[in-house]
Amino acid sequence: MTTTIIWTIVAITVLGVLLAVVLYLVATKFKVEEDPRIDEVEKVMPGANCGGCGFAGCRAFAQSCVESGNLDNNFCPVGGNEVMKKVAAVLGLEVHEKAPMVAVVRCNGSCANRPTVNDYDGIKSCKVKAALYSGDTGCSYGCLGCGDCVAACQFGAISMDPATGLPVVDEEKCTACGACVKACPKHIIELRFKGPKNRRVFVSCVNQDKGATARKACSAACIGCGKCAKECPFGAITVENNLAYIDFTKCKLCRKCVAVCPTGAIHDVNFPAPAPKPEAKPAPKPASAVKPAEEQKQEKPVAPKTAATDKKEE
Amino acid sequence: MNKLLVSPSPHIHTKTSTRSLMLDVVIALLPSVIVSILYYGWSAVVVLASSVVFCVLLEYLITKYLLKRPGTVGDLSAVVTGIILALNLPPTAPWWVAMIGAIVAIGVAKMTFGGLGQNVFNPAITGRVFLLISFPAIMTTWGGAKGFIGGVDAVSGATPLGIVKEGLMQGQTIDQIFAAHDFSYLQMLFVNIGGSAGEISALAVIIGFIYMLARRVIRPYITLSILLTVGVFSGIFWLVDPSQYTDPLFNLLTGGVLLGSVFMATDYVTSPMSDKGGIIFGVGIGIITMLIRYFGAYPEGMSFAILIMNSTVPLINKFCKQKKFGRA
Amino acid sequence: MKKTFSIGGVHPDDKKISAGCAIEVLPTPKTVYISMAQHLGAPAKPVVAAGDRVKTGQVIGEPSAFISAYVHSSVTGTVKSVAPYRDLAGNPVMHVEITVEPDEWAEGIDTTDTLVTEIPQDVRFIVDRIKNNGVVGLGGATFPTNVKLCPPPGKKADILILNGAECEPYLTSDYRIMLEKNGQIVVGAALMKHVLGVDRVVIGIEENKPEAIAKMKEAAASLAAGSSDYAGIEVMTLKKKYPQGGEKQLIDAVTHRQVKSMGLPIDVGAVVQNVATSLAVYEAVQKNKPLIDNTVTVTGECFPKQSNLLVRVGTPLSYIIEYLGGMPESAAKAISGGPMMGKAIANMDAATLKGTSSILFLTREQTKRNPETNCIRCGKCAEACPMGLEPFLLNKLARNNMYDELEQNAIQDCIECGCCLYSCPANIPLLDVIRIAKGEVIRIIRGRTAPKK
Repeated sequence: MTTTIIWTIVAITVLGVLLAVVLYLVATKFKVEEDPRIDEVEKVMPGANCGGCGFAGCRAFAQSCVESGNLDNNFCPVGGNEVMKKVAAVLGLEVHEKAPMVAVVRCNGSCANRPTVNDYDGIKSCKVKAALYSGDTGCSYGCLGCGDCVAACQFGAISMDPATGLPVVDEEKCTACGACVKACPKHIIELRFKGPKNRRVFVSCVNQDKGATARKACSAACIGCGKCAKECPFGAITVENNLAYIDFTKCKLCRKCVAVCPTGAIHDVNFPAPAPKPEAKPAPKPASAVKPAEEQKQEKPVAPKTAATDKKEE
Repeated sequence: MNKLLVSPSPHIHTKTSTRSLMLDVVIALLPSVIVSILYYGWSAVVVLASSVVFCVLLEYLITKYLLKRPGTVGDLSAVVTGIILALNLPPTAPWWVAMIGAIVAIGVAKMTFGGLGQNVFNPAITGRVFLLISFPAIMTTWGGAKGFIGGVDAVSGATPLGIVKEGLMQGQTIDQIFAAHDFSYLQMLFVNIGGSAGEISALAVIIGFIYMLARRVIRPYITLSILLTVGVFSGIFWLVDPSQYTDPLFNLLTGGVLLGSVFMATDYVTSPMSDKGGIIFGVGIGIITMLIRYFGAYPEGMSFAILIMNSTVPLINKFCKQKKFGRA
Repeated sequence: MKKTFSIGGVHPDDKKISAGCAIEVLPTPKTVYISMAQHLGAPAKPVVAAGDRVKTGQVIGEPSAFISAYVHSSVTGTVKSVAPYRDLAGNPVMHVEITVEPDEWAEGIDTTDTLVTEIPQDVRFIVDRIKNNGVVGLGGATFPTNVKLCPPPGKKADILILNGAECEPYLTSDYRIMLEKNGQIVVGAALMKHVLGVDRVVIGIEENKPEAIAKMKEAAASLAAGSSDYAGIEVMTLKKKYPQGGEKQLIDAVTHRQVKSMGLPIDVGAVVQNVATSLAVYEAVQKNKPLIDNTVTVTGECFPKQSNLLVRVGTPLSYIIEYLGGMPESAAKAISGGPMMGKAIANMDAATLKGTSSILFLTREQTKRNPETNCIRCGKCAEACPMGLEPFLLNKLARNNMYDELEQNAIQDCIECGCCLYSCPANIPLLDVIRIAKGEVIRIIRGRTAPKK
């Protein structure tokens, strides 16, 4: 009995030692030589492997940083300047700082602003819906509301607001990796400067229809009237194909455009509550990305156009 | 004008649903159920009822409270599992054995993998095998049940396969065993007393098979390849030495070969998708069954054979693809 | 044993409830909207401007590329605008809007009903007439017919197949023209036979249309008796199975040749044309009449007035529906085309196109999709797939964006017939997912092969 136990222990130990030797030999023989700095760079990366930098993952990005010898074309949007400084420190390179960006949803076609004209009955996917037809509202440019952007976001920064049917970006969580921008078949989401104190002004509409058509489909649509472009002292606003666009590199956040917009298509976010010219606020208040759901309720009565179109449809 | 529905094509759908398919399987199982109740009486009803009730109840509780998903009881797959499990139990088994079988079948073999469609092993067989290993005495005792049909009260004794196995171990030849027990193939076809509830009537199972074929619920390849393999394999051994190996007809009609090949091996989830894969799957089950019957410790090997082949299904699916249009 | 294609297929209910309705001419509406994108390939370039007066059959759009087609005015009247107008999917497409006046035909068009049976011998003349009269394939894809009839150098057809299968449920427009215009169809077939230089023409018709088979056989026989130009035109009865009318499936059914993956029918020496295209070819060549009208089936159990109408291209759908008494309350979905491959109509104000074959109304019960449940791995989708693919696998791969594996599993061969989604007992939207992934894979394949050439 005792001998059996002893023999078993001996046999197992010998086997273990033998296998350890084999493993050691294999490991040394097939060792892959790699620049140790890749590991170091990878350590300071966020490790989300989101692909926002254009590489397959954080390791691929680190490899590119090490191999290219400069950081001109490499930027981690998730880690931002903080991480890039660390990467630069590891590699002894210079970093090109970038202004922090955030994903911005440029559609305000909420259920109240933009009534549906048919019922979609396919798989819940914007990609499929966009390939099939113009969408279940009168606007053929706006948000389809199936949440491809939500599925694409690896940081849980986008969610669908059930009240508006539109995606909402959580600025705290958004890393500006751009996954949602790529996922949106209607090209509604754009990466824009996060802005000082997170303040931004943007046109929350991508409709290129003529003013009347756009307005009929959605009461919060940009009608391309051009008032904002005339008002802008910095030449940041251009109107093309019946649609205004604010160049965020030129915009100085003066908000003159917000005041003149007749449909409230221009949104200003994170500005202090008492706006400089509150009386100039346009009728349908923006159901903006950062506004809580309670405000939606107040909206409905101040959107008479919507009610009118509703009746016409029936 | 009313709002139009818009969706990608196609715009119509077949009437067949998961639920209707499962309902067809339940209907196909009815002849076997009726025969077992007629011959084993109230005890068969108790086993059947407890097995079905616990299977359905467990699936309901797990989806509702554990997974917090919409209920899937409506697809009737738990009912099918419950009936098949009951048909695999001795009719004299107590209700709590059926309950434990249901817990293993639904709780372990099915829901832990994610529910219907996700499981690797056939739930009912997993439950049965668990019981067979855990409660060998209960699972191999047939008898004491009183049937509804006159004349056949109080059946007792082992299954034909068990009798043969025992006899062979005691050094008897097949002829001696057969002579001693008066086996009749005709009896096996109609009512083969001794065996689990679903094994007693080959004819009832065959009726169910024909119904499922007619309703296009299953394709015949898996079942036929199992039966053919069992026949050929046992045929070869029988021709070599008829005194030690039972003949093909005996092997086809006794035990769980028919029940297993018709209702258990053909389970969609745990069998290969393609016809070619199904044939390989069936041949494997046939060979393993016969190896266990002839050389193993257990008199019957159908359940083990199906479980073993279940594990090969992903591999078979990967290598057996159907012919694609316009490709060599 | 009647012939059919070799792999897969499904058997949806026939429902040809409008089969008994003779073709009726729809009065022209007050305004027509003629799309510049009525064919596969590049949209036509409008050559008229607002205020121009146009005659019926006059060219209003010219081809802008090799694969493109002429567009003609289907009415006489004044051009009101040349601007984007919403198509049936609600997307803005360039349309010519014309205010209608009484018909005045453009010169050189024979508007009589006499059957011209003499086949012009000049191939160039026939092809030019087909091209100049804007004939496109009316079987669904609307591929320019003149391009299809001129195979690339080095490739030669040996058989022309006329598609009279009409395998989709409900549709009866092809059936009606085979009953009422069989002579014209056979002449059209002889014209295309002459262009292609083939000896054999097979008109494939499914067994559920015995009257059409008889009529077509009769027409082919009587014309063959009169001239050797009509030799070798035969009618073949096919078993009823969807998607028999798919180009690759029909070639397989008739000739037992299988077009290779990513290949064209001409690779196996076959050209397939729809019977309606054959009729259009006849009118274009023998009558010099452009493709400005086509037969449209308006049907559905919930629709009170089943009809087969001869409709001018560009007629608003809503006008047709109003003419027939308006849309029924119970109609939940309107479809342009058949229930298996047709497009759901989102905009009833959209206008008909050359390729519009039907307007089908389905009730909510008939068409509403049920919620998706777990795949039970029954393999019914793979059994149904006429291309021998495994939709359950493609669905899983596509949802995980595994494009290499999708290509290995031949997603690019999918013909989008809808058999998989139709037959799935778990209501999984297989084709919705596969269709998008297929587009992506084909884009990847093109991107890979293009620079090498």
